[in-house]
Amino acid sequence: MIWWLAFRAILHREALRFLGQRGRLVAALVRPLVWLLVFAAGFRAALGLSIIPPYQTYITYEIYITPGLCGMICLFNGMQSSLSLVYDREMGSMRLLLTAPLPRWWLLLAKVTAGAMISLLQCAAFLAIAAGVGIHMPWQGYIVAIPAILLAGLMLGALGLMLSSFIRQLENFAGVMNFVIFPMFFLSSALYPLWKMKEASPLLAQICAVNPFTHAVELIRFALYLQPNLAAAGWVLLALMVFGAAALWGYDPARGMQARKGS
Amino acid sequence: MTPGLGIHGVSYSYGAKAALSEVALEVPKGRFCALLGPNGAGKSTLFSLLTRLFTTRTGRITVAGQDLARAPRAALARMGVVFQQPTLDLDLTVRRNLLYFAALHGIGGREAEARTAEALERLGMAERAAEPVRALNGGHRRRMELARALIHRPEVLLLDEPTVGLDAAARAAITAHVHDLADQGLAVLWATHLTDEVRDSDQLAILHRGRLLADGITRDLRGDEPLREMFLRLTGAEA
Repeated sequence: MIWWLAFRAILHREALRFLGQRGRLVAALVRPLVWLLVFAAGFRAALGLSIIPPYQTYITYEIYITPGLCGMICLFNGMQSSLSLVYDREMGSMRLLLTAPLPRWWLLLAKVTAGAMISLLQCAAFLAIAAGVGIHMPWQGYIVAIPAILLAGLMLGALGLMLSSFIRQLENFAGVMNFVIFPMFFLSSALYPLWKMKEASPLLAQICAVNPFTHAVELIRFALYLQPNLAAAGWVLLALMVFGAAALWGYDPARGMQARKGS
Repeated sequence: MTPGLGIHGVSYSYGAKAALSEVALEVPKGRFCALLGPNGAGKSTLFSLLTRLFTTRTGRITVAGQDLARAPRAALARMGVVFQQPTLDLDLTVRRNLLYFAALHGIGGREAEARTAEALERLGMAERAAEPVRALNGGHRRRMELARALIHRPEVLLLDEPTVGLDAAARAAITAHVHDLADQGLAVLWATHLTDEVRDSDQLAILHRGRLLADGITRDLRGDEPLREMFLRLTGAEA
């Protein structure tokens, strides 16, 4: 069947590209590892964590931020793979993708799924290294986290796709870092629990609470400890649907790409 | 005339700025049509509409009889496109790239392998199948783009300035090759701003400021005037 054939080919191509570029894997791992091994080590003394779900005992700061760093991997990947579509380098392959004789939503879904799959591979490598330096989760948690990471990856990929279709100014990665990645990452529960944020500023805590990235991180965190978090799953799913619908609207040939005029 | 590519009264504007007005062009099968226009004439806009990157409500486009707006998938399935931008993945092998394009058009398994092998054979590149595209020179990469656009055996072939960045020999070779494809029955639309890629027997359409200034057989259009002179006269007169 052509639909499935094309879907598989898009995933396969993305995987080959990823595995073919060793440098990309290393670069993708260095970022969360620096946070884990350097930032967390320096920060653990400054931040006292009480027992909050899903943890049943006092935990070290490294353990706390590990799920957040998985979220960060998904966030960077989602932005990178989707926004690379609008750069010249990828312009041709995106055009080619969109001229395949298949519905556009299907092609974009395949593209986002491929990105989420890469995020999953990177998270697996990251968690393996983290385990190597003594940051363990329950072993079943690693399995339960797979769908959670995939869902987070899909949601953040859809966000990137939506941005790539709407915002012309975000054509360089620095802009994306400043206006999307940093706010989303810092205004979330990735680095500090929300109650800690509330002590500092109730307003900021409220912003964190509606940030879909917070829910992506919590979804991964709870999954790693084998606890259900339906609220987080619901939020992430909702965000996925909203971003996905907006991305499809943005890539609708009757409007979408016309905003970025060719010559 | 067997229906190849049909463009009927197509207009498009970016906000208030009109990019194409009432463009009408018919390219039957077996015909090489050169779409000649200076930069900014609207060629890229027309290509974006033809490849359904975006759509317009004014006018109609048909590909081998299929309406692009009403039956986009049937129309796209009959169309091969060589874009101005490269579409090959430099880090993947020649063979892998072609298999990917085949799969996007629903060709998989042994059929895809056979067509890939056949395409490489035709390009004289069979022995380079396992090399990454990065190892190929510009001319070979362009030829591969062409092979890529033909792998699903389209009836209409669109090329958007396909010789950009090539040296004279590679340019001549690819121009000749695509003329052969038209002789074998493909409807070809070749956008360019270089008059020396156009032959006297080709159909010629001159686009300037979003309007079609001329459409006919090159020999008839230019009479005794060299094509280059005529092109400059037509597109310069309004400047």
